[in-house]
Amino acid sequence: MTDTAAITADVLSRARRIASRLKGERQTPIVPAGNVAGRAMATVIAIMTFLAALTVGAVSLVGDTAARWQNDISDEITIQVKPAEGLDMPQALETARQIALQTPGVQGASILDEAATGRLLEPWLGEGVDLSELPVPRLVIVSIDTEDPPNFAFMRTELKEAVPQADLDDHRAWVSRLVTMARTVVFIGVFVLSLVIVATTLTVIFATRGAMSGNRHIVEVLHFVGARSSFIAREFERHFLRLGLIGAAAGGLVAIALFAMLGSFTAANRQTPEADQISALFGSFTIGWTGYAGVLLLIATVATLTALTSRWTVMRHLAEIDMISPVEN
Amino acid sequence: MIRFENVGLRYDMGPEVLRDLSFEIRRQSFQFLTGPSGAGKTSLLRMLFLALRPTRGLITVLGRDVATLSRKDLPSIRRRIGVVFQDFRLLDHMTTYENVALPLRVRGKEEREYRQDVVDLIKWVGLGERLHALPVVLSGGEKQRAAIARALIDQPDVLLADEPTGNVDAPLARRLLRLFLELNRSGTAVVIATHDLGLMEQVDARRLILSEGRLEIYD
Repeated sequence: MTDTAAITADVLSRARRIASRLKGERQTPIVPAGNVAGRAMATVIAIMTFLAALTVGAVSLVGDTAARWQNDISDEITIQVKPAEGLDMPQALETARQIALQTPGVQGASILDEAATGRLLEPWLGEGVDLSELPVPRLVIVSIDTEDPPNFAFMRTELKEAVPQADLDDHRAWVSRLVTMARTVVFIGVFVLSLVIVATTLTVIFATRGAMSGNRHIVEVLHFVGARSSFIAREFERHFLRLGLIGAAAGGLVAIALFAMLGSFTAANRQTPEADQISALFGSFTIGWTGYAGVLLLIATVATLTALTSRWTVMRHLAEIDMISPVEN
Repeated sequence: MIRFENVGLRYDMGPEVLRDLSFEIRRQSFQFLTGPSGAGKTSLLRMLFLALRPTRGLITVLGRDVATLSRKDLPSIRRRIGVVFQDFRLLDHMTTYENVALPLRVRGKEEREYRQDVVDLIKWVGLGERLHALPVVLSGGEKQRAAIARALIDQPDVLLADEPTGNVDAPLARRLLRLFLELNRSGTAVVIATHDLGLMEQVDARRLILSEGRLEIYD
């Protein structure tokens, strides 16, 4: 039979099978629906997918949080005006604010008023202190365009010329430390995720091959009654895709449910000190769409991997039993 | 239909287990393949149904030199060769009907096209009452007959049977032999590998006798 004729026959037979299925005619599947090895494989896949999904979620959470830390800090700079003999503090603050506003790349500038400064210093100085009587530095908060930041060196020179007591703090030291830390955390997360994915891949492959070993006799029988390799591979692929999908979906969905529960728990307990600590670190502890998309991608990947492994095992087994040369054996 | 010319077979670097085999399985012929245990009957059968490549010599199956066959060509040739395995190789999760219908199913045929043929064949081998039984509840003889029916369902040109009476009592063995003879009369070439002398004495048929790797033929 030529290739074209074989392909045509294959397509026709598939169409016929679909038509009979639509008509409700059911035949016993060629690969038995469930056995102990199959269930064990689905369980292993579910557990590994759950662990991998947790890692995906954790990396997504850490990545988002790191990005937020970086943005929150780097979109603000401060001008500190130190008190000095004969310095008109309100005038100096206003001059600094005007210089900041005139600098390209600055989106806004506001003077931290006495009340706000008092609240900042409250832990050290206590309540009800009259700041005008104390030589306390004052701040101008400047928000900048992170896409097109101002020239800090130029701004610093301008400020020094107008108000010698003014210092510009662009938070660069903090930002660079936080960026380094965030990058390290994300790097470690990605590394752990890679390890988990490699472990999941290997586990899925070995579990599938283990489950397949119980079906070798079916491959042989189909082979010797004249089934084409593609037919046999397709039967097993379909069966294992289903099993892999069930296992991966179970593991992945439990992980998604866990993220949702943690998210709603932290949201509901936002006022408690424990939740405040968690929120300080992770914000609202919600996994973004990337996390959920990652878990769904993981489910699809694991199911596909299971199906492909079964196909590869069938093809390899067929190659072993097909016209084996005793010399090569 | 199947021709062997100076065929030799060795496993790995061991001695030749089959040497200089030259014979032909003709269309509509009936023959026994016999010899002591370990003489190479199963290896020879495996070469006949294209599961083993010879180390030397030429095998022609249905006009094709097997040395030039690609893996893609094998299924279409195998479909013209029916095989009855010594251990039956029925699928345990399928009924007698489904096991017998399996070769037609893997060829992509519609069940309504073959349902009656399968039922008729199962009745012909005497398993009409066991149509929907699973192999686990069938006796050795019933499994053997189901395996024979499966090998015959697509009317092969040649039927190869490995010790088909090895698991059955004498009366059932005679009944199975009558089945093979009837099949042969309807046009199928039959090769029965057996060391059951009693079975061979019942039919005046060609004998291929394997001994120490060589073949003697008594027509």
